[in-house]
Amino acid sequence: MPEQNDRNVILHDHNHDGVDRRGFLKCMAWAGAGALCVVQGGVLKSYALDDPFMMHKAAKSDLSFVQISDSHMGFNKAANPDVVATMKIAIDKINAMPAAPEFILHTGDITHLSKPSEFDTVDQLLKSARAKEVFFVPGEHDMLEDNGQQYRERYGKNAKGEGWYSFDKKGVHFIGLVNVLNLKAGGMGSLGAEQLEWLEDDVRHLSKSTPIVVFAHIPLWTIYPDWGWGTEDSAQALSYLKHFGSVTVLNGHIHQTMQKVEGNITFHTATSTAFPQPHPGAAPSPGPMKVPADQLRSLLGVTDVNYVRKRHALALIDSTLE
Amino acid sequence: MKRMHWIASFAVLVMALVLAAAPLLEKPALAGPPTAAINIDNFSFTPTTITVKAGTQITWTNKDDIPHTVVAEDNSFKSKVLDTDEQFTMTASKPGTYTYYCSIHPKMTGKLVVE
Repeated sequence: MPEQNDRNVILHDHNHDGVDRRGFLKCMAWAGAGALCVVQGGVLKSYALDDPFMMHKAAKSDLSFVQISDSHMGFNKAANPDVVATMKIAIDKINAMPAAPEFILHTGDITHLSKPSEFDTVDQLLKSARAKEVFFVPGEHDMLEDNGQQYRERYGKNAKGEGWYSFDKKGVHFIGLVNVLNLKAGGMGSLGAEQLEWLEDDVRHLSKSTPIVVFAHIPLWTIYPDWGWGTEDSAQALSYLKHFGSVTVLNGHIHQTMQKVEGNITFHTATSTAFPQPHPGAAPSPGPMKVPADQLRSLLGVTDVNYVRKRHALALIDSTLE
Repeated sequence: MKRMHWIASFAVLVMALVLAAAPLLEKPALAGPPTAAINIDNFSFTPTTITVKAGTQITWTNKDDIPHTVVAEDNSFKSKVLDTDEQFTMTASKPGTYTYYCSIHPKMTGKLVVE
């Protein structure tokens, strides 16, 4: 288990993968302003978003998709009274990208209270996105009261079990997991035995050089247990993936960007399009963080992900809504 | 001496006023069960542990900007999802110790002791 402290969850390099604490901090510091974090052969590099060379590279990638997260449609408290407006800005941001992304991944908490009208609003908003295809995984806010029945009727018709599934795009294998159901008192996120079994089977037939993208709502690495920011049985899931050359794990839930590289696995969390949450341990609770109105957009955003064949790496670009 | 007398008179007057007001300050004399209140605030149940007599009516109130639930670990009681300012009330009838949690944020736990 990597070292962890309350203030800062950037971890030391125990995997001898060339990524040290300082390297992460550099990338983190840039993330707020829009940074491109490239991981190649386990080495993480960061470039400013306005670096024309890198943006050109991103535009020439084999596969480009966008991650959005935590739209919390229906939320109307002080931290953001207008989550429709900020989600619209996020979509405008996606539509303004130099190359149209192939599809969108939404990593959960689509709605705030699982109300049909909230899901409808998100679906309506996403219709204006240039990328027409959207893949979802549920957040805990999307499965209130009915254990996810409504969610699965809307988004999980072809999914297995409680809503997990996989698909392939241009040689990249995508796996959407559900870790927000059957949570135990005192615990964190949970995948459960049935899903783990399915996962092991799902990747069994893949060649070791297949790039894999795993996406789920709650982080699949332990960021801050006191706030439940982790998944109880994620280690088991990751053990099935450690033999693959390139694994990228995309999560939401914590409403801020964080990155970690452990061996062949790159972990990344996205910002919310609705409201920011405090850094781990920086507030009495992980509740919505109220910031001055003119700062809100700088703490919300979207993540652009690019895959270049033969490079064994997915490039992640976080941009804010400013 | 005159000053002391004045203070005494004033004290009598204050006491008379307090006595006169006392009926207004008392709780309404409705015959009802004993009650207890638990606040959900900052992703925690306050008080975290509460001990009540059997028959007590307990009300949880969500003071957070995020929805929460109140669910007994043994499923003996379960609230619907409580949005901001919404309440869940139940009567604690069966003696015992109940661990409960928020099924959305399971790190939030509380204990209810019914005597």
